[in-house]
Amino acid sequence: MIIVKKAGLLTSIQDLGRRGFQKYGVIVSGAMDRLAHRVANLLVGNEEDLPTIEITLLGPTIEFQQDSLIAICGGDLSATINGKPIGLWRPILVKANSELKFGACKTGCRVYLAVAGGFTVPTVMNSKSTYLRAGIGGYEGRPLRTGDQLSVGKTGELSNRIMNQLSRFFTEDIVEEKWQVNPMRFFEMKRGQAIRVIKGRHFHLFSKESQDTFFQNDYTISNQSDRMGYRLKGKELILSEKEEMISEAVNFGTIQVPADGNPIILLADRQTTGGYPKIGQVASVDLSILAQAKPGDRIRFTEISFENAQFLYLKRERKIHELKLGIYLKYS
Amino acid sequence: MEYELYPLGEDAVLIELGKEINLETHHWVQMITGLLEDNPPEWMIEFIPAFTTITIFYDPFKIIKAFKSNQLPYTYVCQQINFLFEQFNFDKSTQQRLVEIPVCYGGELGPDLDIVASVNQLTPEEVIQIHTSGDYIVYMIGFAPGFPYIGGMSEKIATPRKESPRLKIPERSVGIAGIQTGIYPIETPGGWQLIGRTPIRLFTPEANPPSLLRAGDKIKFTAISFEEYQALEKRIG
Repeated sequence: MIIVKKAGLLTSIQDLGRRGFQKYGVIVSGAMDRLAHRVANLLVGNEEDLPTIEITLLGPTIEFQQDSLIAICGGDLSATINGKPIGLWRPILVKANSELKFGACKTGCRVYLAVAGGFTVPTVMNSKSTYLRAGIGGYEGRPLRTGDQLSVGKTGELSNRIMNQLSRFFTEDIVEEKWQVNPMRFFEMKRGQAIRVIKGRHFHLFSKESQDTFFQNDYTISNQSDRMGYRLKGKELILSEKEEMISEAVNFGTIQVPADGNPIILLADRQTTGGYPKIGQVASVDLSILAQAKPGDRIRFTEISFENAQFLYLKRERKIHELKLGIYLKYS
Repeated sequence: MEYELYPLGEDAVLIELGKEINLETHHWVQMITGLLEDNPPEWMIEFIPAFTTITIFYDPFKIIKAFKSNQLPYTYVCQQINFLFEQFNFDKSTQQRLVEIPVCYGGELGPDLDIVASVNQLTPEEVIQIHTSGDYIVYMIGFAPGFPYIGGMSEKIATPRKESPRLKIPERSVGIAGIQTGIYPIETPGGWQLIGRTPIRLFTPEANPPSLLRAGDKIKFTAISFEEYQALEKRIG
């Protein structure tokens, strides 16, 4: 069992999303930073899709009632256990009654807390993620609140082996694994670099000037941004001719432009379909960087071909697969 | 059948079957929906039918691993779709379900019925008569869980949206916006003119499928009294 002693700004249970029900208008939801979520699970010996806790900007305070194997991945929100700073991107064994707290937001804005065995919440439509607007899934269909108690699932064999190895050093209240995953191995870009975007299927409908603007100008992530999407502010984008669009499917990272000319990047809680022209599609490999961007941040787009984006997608998946194998071998 | 394929990100392909909303394109969308439901390709995760398109989501990494192909997963998926469509014997007579939706019109449950009547110079009874005699079809589900985009409403009762949207529209409200009619499955803000409410639930997360309606369904609205509404609502819970 874990106890939420302080809720934080927006703390919710997420997994890799609800698939198979979009044709009924049910959104995918799931972790915003899917890479951080997946790696956090792998580090504690879980399957990648077990539910983690997604933490946003102002972190919660969480008490572990029993000895727990955890991992914290994503942004750096100055995590401490019993007052001691702890490392990200590595397995950590904590003693019962330890308290996890977060402080200042140093980099990024979303953190994923995985615990070996995952959190036990009911499965709704094939997923444990929280669909906040419809009040479905996760913990009673809502963000976590102060006083909530979450039970932890049964740990698998791999988690047990990681715990056994770490517990040999269990003289203090925390044992941090000495090695860590370097998240940079998953990224092909440096910080501050432009977000790679594939031209959308309506790109050619925009005026020549807007087409250039889109790849040359900076955009600011506005305050009206949330898990559903980021609204951007910058030079307005206009169609060369007014056109009536027909609603069709959208995807994680689809950039659509409503009549006011300010682009919106659709994210984890996007609707299933949209009726605005699609100017672009963020390359999957850059979605984690976007998920860690916050209101006020400036971003720039640069073009990538679809072929190259799918190639990088496969390369990323292979690296995650290698990490999974590496962890398995290390603790066998 | 003519169609074009477009990538929608690295894990989805959009199949465009037409450029405008009409029954013929809708029937193609329905036939492909049937094909994908009866013979789901192993590389498919899910699909979304819309007015003129069907989008199929797939797992590129799984395709590479399973089929040991060295071409791009997108190229592989496009080939499979072309092959599937060539092989399939499209039969124009698809099975359509008829779903009856009882509605209590006017009063507290349909506060804008009189507005729809006066905008169109009709009596409220005539609006109900026209609304219940239409042949409706569900083109797609989207916007909100279980929300049907319905075609086929008579232009005689078309009414513009409210100038300032209501902050809360109760679930199961039946409304009109322009030439469209619709039903709100869950409570949301919205600008539709509300003409009534149905006691039937359109979205039930615990049920499989969770949505009462699906793309391709025919709908028949029937008028019920407030007493019948209350009795049905109580029975459904």
